[in-house]
Amino acid sequence: MARSPAAEERLRELVTLRRVRDRIDREYHQPLNVEALARDAGMSAGHLSRRFKAAFGESPYSYLMTRRIERAMALLRRGDTSVTDVCFEVGCSSLGTFSTRFAELVGVPPSVYKQRHAEATRGIPPCLAKQVTRPIRNREARAA
Amino acid sequence: MNVTIHSAMLPQDDPEAALRFYRDGLGFEVRMDVEYQGLHWITVGPVGQPETSIVLYPPEATPGLTEDERRMVAEMMAKGTFASINLAADDLDAVFARLEASGAEVVQEPTQQPYGLRDCAFRDPAGNLVRIQQRD
Repeated sequence: MARSPAAEERLRELVTLRRVRDRIDREYHQPLNVEALARDAGMSAGHLSRRFKAAFGESPYSYLMTRRIERAMALLRRGDTSVTDVCFEVGCSSLGTFSTRFAELVGVPPSVYKQRHAEATRGIPPCLAKQVTRPIRNREARAA
Repeated sequence: MNVTIHSAMLPQDDPEAALRFYRDGLGFEVRMDVEYQGLHWITVGPVGQPETSIVLYPPEATPGLTEDERRMVAEMMAKGTFASINLAADDLDAVFARLEASGAEVVQEPTQQPYGLRDCAFRDPAGNLVRIQQRD
């Protein structure tokens, strides 16, 4: 049952990658970038991106942006925050990148999403609206 | 008919580290620690709730696993995708503070979720996701 040194090394790398992913979950609303994540994990940015993608199926940048956009969807549905404020609140520093990635993931730009949602849940009690609009992780919009 | 949830199984790969998390961090009592050939099956649970336990088990001892499957389980635990559990607490912030002070890996600070509940999340030392929500 003893593991080979190579297998031990592989498990250690996976633990490191898990900690990077958990850190994205915890700190996505801060100005994180892949270089800083890689530096703290003791890897180069390119190596981290390749190994993270091999382990989790998407790059750390993509995972970070997915987390941000999930949170942005929730804030936009609440209806009391502008698209620009939401963009900065979830840790994005570029409105253009935020809107592009949002549209890729959700299917519509954030402004349209906010507007549609305001219409979709008008008249529904807030507690019920919360339930039916709960974001589902990693479910990207289907291609139109 | 009255069926209760008696025990849930969570894998562990370091008995000492598991005890530090569940006993010292979370405050669970240790109900049993069965050792066989250096492997440990540790039964823990919340004080005052003897009818519900978590068994921290060594997954490599599962009978019928192929070598590939055993490696796969170890890798999924390492990357944090193998097992998880949801707990609830009267005082979420107190539990969070205690676990954090014990050195546990924080995944999420106490957060009001858009779907209604307030929760936090940790990794246990084996990579299991332990989510704790505020009890109403």
